[in-house]
Amino acid sequence: MLQPVFPAPALPAVFADWFAARGWAPRPHQLALIAHAQAGESALLIAPTGGGKTLAGFLPSLIDLAATPKRARKPALHTLYISPLKALAVDVARNLETPVAEMSLPIRVETRTGDTPPGRRQRQKYSPPDILLTTPEQFALLLSSRDARRFFENVQAVVLDELHAMHNSKRGDLLSLGLARLQELAPKHRRIGLSATVADPKPLQRYLVPQPMSGEALSALVIGKPGANPKISILASESYVPWAGHLARHTMPEILAAMKRATTTLVFVNTRSQAERTFQELWRINDDNLPIALHHGSLAPEQRRKVEAAMTRGALRGVVCTSTLDLGIDWGAVDQVICVGAPKGAARLVQRIGRANHRLDEPSNAMLVPSNRFEVLECEAARDAVLAGELDGEPLRQGGMDVLTQHILGAACSAPFDADALFKDVKSASPYRNLSRTDFDAAVDFVATGGYALKRYDRYAKLRKTPEGLWRVAHPRIAQQYRLNVGVIIEDPMIDIRLQSKGRPTGAGGRVLGKLEEYFVENLTPGDTFVFSGDVLRFEGIHENAAFVTRTNDPEAQIPSYNGGKFPLSTFLAMRVREMLSDPRQWKRLPHPVGEWLEIQQLRSKIPDSSELLVETFPRGSKNYLVCYPFEGRLAHQTLGMLITRRLERLRMRPLGFVANEYALAVWALRDMSGVDMDALFSEDMLGDDLDAWLAESALYKRTFRNCAIVSGLIERRGIGTEKTGRQVTFSSDLIYDVLREHEPDHILLRATYEDAATGLLDIGRLSGALTRVKGNITARALERVSPLAVPALLEISKEMVAGEAHEDILHEAEESLVAEAMAVD
Amino acid sequence: MIEKRIDVNGEELVLDSSGALWWPRERMLVFADMHFEKGSFYAFSGQMLPPYDTRTTLRRVSAAFDFYKPALAMALGDSFHDRDAHNRLDEFERAQLADLGTRADWIWISGNHDPALPEWVPGRIADEVAIGNLVFRHEPSGYIGRGEIAGHLHPCKTVNRRGQSLRRRCFASDGLRLVMPSFGAYTGGLDVRDAALRSLFPRDFLAYVLGRARVYAVAA
Repeated sequence: MLQPVFPAPALPAVFADWFAARGWAPRPHQLALIAHAQAGESALLIAPTGGGKTLAGFLPSLIDLAATPKRARKPALHTLYISPLKALAVDVARNLETPVAEMSLPIRVETRTGDTPPGRRQRQKYSPPDILLTTPEQFALLLSSRDARRFFENVQAVVLDELHAMHNSKRGDLLSLGLARLQELAPKHRRIGLSATVADPKPLQRYLVPQPMSGEALSALVIGKPGANPKISILASESYVPWAGHLARHTMPEILAAMKRATTTLVFVNTRSQAERTFQELWRINDDNLPIALHHGSLAPEQRRKVEAAMTRGALRGVVCTSTLDLGIDWGAVDQVICVGAPKGAARLVQRIGRANHRLDEPSNAMLVPSNRFEVLECEAARDAVLAGELDGEPLRQGGMDVLTQHILGAACSAPFDADALFKDVKSASPYRNLSRTDFDAAVDFVATGGYALKRYDRYAKLRKTPEGLWRVAHPRIAQQYRLNVGVIIEDPMIDIRLQSKGRPTGAGGRVLGKLEEYFVENLTPGDTFVFSGDVLRFEGIHENAAFVTRTNDPEAQIPSYNGGKFPLSTFLAMRVREMLSDPRQWKRLPHPVGEWLEIQQLRSKIPDSSELLVETFPRGSKNYLVCYPFEGRLAHQTLGMLITRRLERLRMRPLGFVANEYALAVWALRDMSGVDMDALFSEDMLGDDLDAWLAESALYKRTFRNCAIVSGLIERRGIGTEKTGRQVTFSSDLIYDVLREHEPDHILLRATYEDAATGLLDIGRLSGALTRVKGNITARALERVSPLAVPALLEISKEMVAGEAHEDILHEAEESLVAEAMAVD
Repeated sequence: MIEKRIDVNGEELVLDSSGALWWPRERMLVFADMHFEKGSFYAFSGQMLPPYDTRTTLRRVSAAFDFYKPALAMALGDSFHDRDAHNRLDEFERAQLADLGTRADWIWISGNHDPALPEWVPGRIADEVAIGNLVFRHEPSGYIGRGEIAGHLHPCKTVNRRGQSLRRRCFASDGLRLVMPSFGAYTGGLDVRDAALRSLFPRDFLAYVLGRARVYAVAA
């Protein structure tokens, strides 16, 4: 633990009295932050929830502001607080009112979010509060306004909340660039980062302070007293553990019983469809009518607000939720967390467990509920890691070029900029510290005229050089456009789900239940049923940009597999699972069916050791299978599947399809693949030409391109007075992708797309690491029949085959069904 | 390559997976809605789309020429995205076009986007053309006396199977009328189930969906 290097500062009397009146003593980390602030230093505070972390972030500002009477200062923004969630900003503002009011401090605290009415925003600009709480997007907007300098020049402090959840993402890139700009406007300000426990605090410390042109700078680090170790149980039956699936339906009575024993329980699941199904299953057996609610990102905002308000009132005994509640407002009453399904990562698990019990000295209570055999291993590994205090570090991404172009346009909207000076600013943001001048210039060129080798757009340039050599926006309309499109969160195109009464014509009225991905709805035909918003619904049709549904009593609903919350298994946790798997001594603590499963695998095939890749081949039915177990997460496995089926096709194995889960990849083909040279098949060179050829037509890759094109402003989400529907944007971005790839494969946007995909939807980075790791360490087993380890993967075959990759086979099938219809002789 | 041959009002036609139409008897290739310089049109409003759509479109025309070796080529209207588009073609693209002019006779039908075609396009300019049992015009007509080949509507078809969804350009025909897909690299589409298309076909009609190397006939 790091102690403050200064003698603990004495609290001003009014603060000391306030603490005393509440029966509190200031915590050491709160005092440490005050000391750092008084020395003008930036600092990162790592502390568990319930440790007075937020107050710690604000205390130095409150003390500073309290020391100067209001009359003695002109109205100016003193402290800027930025949170990833607007609900959190609003909640923190409310909590801050208490000390401010109780100590009668002359301090004005206000929030600014997307919901702030225009009148108040206007007033805030001319008469800024002392403390403003906002989001990264609103911060970017404020920076792009022409009076940004006047608004920000007196800022003394910036508080970044939940920094661990923001710094390594596109939003983090945008925020880091904003902070770099703020550094120029208010050079003397200091920053405080608030974070949950992380594997490695260095990247966050670096993020907090301007980086020098060479070497690195780190903020100070303050570590709060850790909370008591959590109590984690794993719910696994000695008699029955499912082979596959993610629903854990058999455990519902035990989950409900555990909820009855606790005051308030958060039940976390990984996807929205799991949330829907779990909620349904719990209510099916909820004979005592325990008030249990549902919360996920597709529900209408009003409905989510209602659930949150009921939680705050203490009116609920439980909420089934997805990652939407990973972060957010503290609810004191929560005393139990249940995680259904795979934990995916140790840090994520810690975060979720931390949602229970906000008193530091008492342990949080958590129960893990694995829904299949592999998840039993994953839960055990995650519990070990959490109790040992080990967390997964995620690979650090480089600042996105698409985000940079957005920032450059924003800078020009605020005031004409000097390219040399802006480059220096940008380089001081840690995600961009390795940015080359060539790439920066390419980004400026992109903003000005699209950055094409063919200079056709010079006369329409968005940025022009002034006689003094500064870049300015060519037209006020461009600034207006920028402000409408600011931000980096691109959601899948969504469509409203409206509930209408039975028997009424489709499209006649109906309340909005929430939103679903357009592609999911497009796959429905009228009459299909699915679970949404806690009800079984029947799809009636699409009418004027909304999907209309009715209620139905159909118990056999077709469950939506709509996206959301599909994080891959972390590399760190995968390693621990592999280690546990390869050590038979550890199997003893596993439930009997799981231990038996592994023993028979060892007998019939092999248990791979922690660094080798096991590849099994066997015939089954009329097909031949190849199953391998890289343990690199579903996304990387999907990419691997795409690439090796191409190779198998060239080897004339006639592959027919593949399925990927978090642990394994299964490919099936007409020919027997046992004779294939596995070292060659899994060789790293597949990431060259094969990858390139696949990217040219991959739907996942095109979706990544679309996101980059929107963030960079090549395609506008919103025109002045209009919003394009997702379908329009999607369609045209695919066409643009094809043309750009043909003529300028090295265009800045295609490079941005590749970098995004490498860490995102295609996880190429991780796949590449895995191929390197297993090189020379591949064990092939030609089996007579399916192995126990292969069963879970094979059981998933009947489901979605290749997520998101529409194959031309389906056109074939559609034509055949037409032929069959035509040729039928009734 | 699997050819998709269909009959429109007694004339045998080949639907190419590029979106072009080939009439073997007349040795004639037809391209609808090429929308040259649609990309640069958006630069006026500040969207700098890759300025290469005309080149890509012309390259695809040239590839169809290589395969079919036509005597006659027809542009079925909306070949230029807007009235000023022809001024935005550069020397390279004009040379591409001139080259195509030397490889076949051309007929340019004017459309609503290009009512006044530039005089320098190689070949003849017309409002509509009748050959054999077929009339070629840009916009489908309300009344149909004989077989009609038209463009204008950019038909697309979405096929859903096994939880997957694929949206592609398509020809739409009931054997009397044929609406061609748009050929331009940046042209989007209208679903075949849209009223504007459906109303053209009093009876059942089929969507001939453009695949990677062949055309698939599916129920519209």
